[in-house]
Amino acid sequence: MTNSAADPVLSVADLRVTFGERTEAVRGMSLSVARGETHCIVGESGCGKSVTSLAVMNLLPRGAARSAGHIRFHGRDLMGLSEREMARLRGDKIAMIFQEPMTSLNPAYTIGSQMAEVFERHRRAGRRAAMDRAAELLARVGVTAPGMRLGQYPHQLSGGLRQRVMIAMALMCDPELLIADEPTTALDVTVQAQILRLLQKLQQELGLALLLITHDLGVVARMAQRVSVMYAGQVVESGPAAAVFAAPTHPYTRGLLACIPVPGTVRRDEPLGSIPGMVPRIAPGFIGCGFRDRCGSAMPECAGAVPLRDAGGGHTHLCRLLPDATRAPGA
Amino acid sequence: MTHAIEVRNLYREFQQRAGMAGERRSVRAVDGVTFSLSAGDVLGVVGESGCGKSTLARLIMGLLPPSSGEVLVDGRSLAGMDRRERARLIQPVFQDPFSSLNPRQRIRDIVGLPLAAQGALSSRLQADRVMEMLARVGISSEMAERRPAQLSGGQRQRVAIARALVLRPRIVVCDEPTSALDVSVQAQILNLLAELRRELGLTYLFISHNLAVVEHIATEVAVMYLGRIVEQAPVEDLFRTPAHPYTQALLASVLTPEPALGIPDVGLGDAYPDPANIPSGCRFHPRCPQAFDKCAQTMPDNIRQDGRLVECLLAVSPPAKREATPGLAPA
Repeated sequence: MTNSAADPVLSVADLRVTFGERTEAVRGMSLSVARGETHCIVGESGCGKSVTSLAVMNLLPRGAARSAGHIRFHGRDLMGLSEREMARLRGDKIAMIFQEPMTSLNPAYTIGSQMAEVFERHRRAGRRAAMDRAAELLARVGVTAPGMRLGQYPHQLSGGLRQRVMIAMALMCDPELLIADEPTTALDVTVQAQILRLLQKLQQELGLALLLITHDLGVVARMAQRVSVMYAGQVVESGPAAAVFAAPTHPYTRGLLACIPVPGTVRRDEPLGSIPGMVPRIAPGFIGCGFRDRCGSAMPECAGAVPLRDAGGGHTHLCRLLPDATRAPGA
Repeated sequence: MTHAIEVRNLYREFQQRAGMAGERRSVRAVDGVTFSLSAGDVLGVVGESGCGKSTLARLIMGLLPPSSGEVLVDGRSLAGMDRRERARLIQPVFQDPFSSLNPRQRIRDIVGLPLAAQGALSSRLQADRVMEMLARVGISSEMAERRPAQLSGGQRQRVAIARALVLRPRIVVCDEPTSALDVSVQAQILNLLAELRRELGLTYLFISHNLAVVEHIATEVAVMYLGRIVEQAPVEDLFRTPAHPYTQALLASVLTPEPALGIPDVGLGDAYPDPANIPSGCRFHPRCPQAFDKCAQTMPDNIRQDGRLVECLLAVSPPAKREATPGLAPA
């Protein structure tokens, strides 16, 4: 199954991000996203999923350093680009949506002027044309009375509306890669479903490559074609979403799935499954499995090098355990 | 019989300006809410942003005065009650343990503050109570000397719970207590809250946008829409046979980790509810997929059916040609 890797829009190999000498936030992350594909990175806070996306965009905070085999966008390695060249791509061919639309929108400017700025800058368009484009995209993402909304300030909009504005803004310059970091986490369920449907529809219509970062396995299950489960800076399990959810192979993925309350399966007065302990802080040079302190299947050998196992069909996991022998063939 | 908490016809209006020089308009955030709970009950309150659930929480906690109506705890009205006395009856756990704990104080001082404010205990007894409570929520005496920034999100929420319970209140108002946490940590906190309720006979008002979480912890569920409870029922009934079309839409929006199901179309259209402009008749009718002509004129007020509250005309006078919706037929 190499067809998705044939001509990926984004391809990342062996990405590492360190924060000084004490923390290695991303430890050898590889992934690729094809045109029209949704690839989800899922994991708990601190696992390195957001840092991965910031590293791709070269937006890491001061004090962080990245290295990688390559970070290719349409075959062009972003690692060698100057800040100026990178700035030309951001908001243009590569767009990003963040979790908190309230903090990523500037409270002092109207929706219209923030949306127009992107277009004016990348397309050298006049204010009039940029405002027309903004109104058109607001309508496209389901905002009613777009003309009126352009004159409003972020605080005057509901959370769902703000996130629609963020999506519309991201689409101003027809991006090919959209990186969405927890785009619906701050929203209510009906709004979340609407925003995700919208993202899915836009992605199909525009052929976007979507890298979706989330902590929510429900969102992953319903949106992803491919999923990468991250833990302590590494992808511990990766594969087609259907295969990963049908037969999760890494103990961490299994633990996460047991933690989720699912309506209709609640057993009253029985505690939910939970993973004891917390995500460790990992320093550069850390050896062994990052999950071993929390893992029910941990053995002394887990402190050594961890093998990457292949369950077939592009489904891999990083663990000494072999893929479950009971897995249905072809699943 | 005296209820642990009784909320009678609670209203709250806000004055809002549209824009800097816009017209003043009044927003009915809580529009006639009535319910009562017995000791040990957990009322889950669910609804979209702007539905008034957090305003309801603030009214009940006495952080906001109601425009009219009253809240009684153990038969005594909270209106005009001394703050210290109210604090002994009712305590909050907020969503964000990053902003609800004073970053400059040590954990043991944060948890001791409610006791210190009461001024009833010697410092020695107070310290004992604090350590006992911290131990109960799983915070070690070593961690008690630290400051919030040195703790993880889950640990901070444990501290917030300890602070709420140190006065042994009757009612705990939990406003999105696990929304800022990772799933594995969320499961730990939910299990802890459930244990504490059983042990201490607590009554919770549990506000959440996450229906799966509410199903897990609540005994009774109230669904709020534009300031009103539109459906209230025991948790099993509400999840098994949701009667109100809005409840049905909410349940349909829950994204369980089942990849084959895709993103549901909740059928609500893209109109957002505006608390400053509440529709005539049934306030849900502009978004309701089952609305009929009468819904725009007649307000379905306080309709009770089989031990549940359903503010929907379908429950009393369904349109002639329509077949009864499953779940509305008497069992």
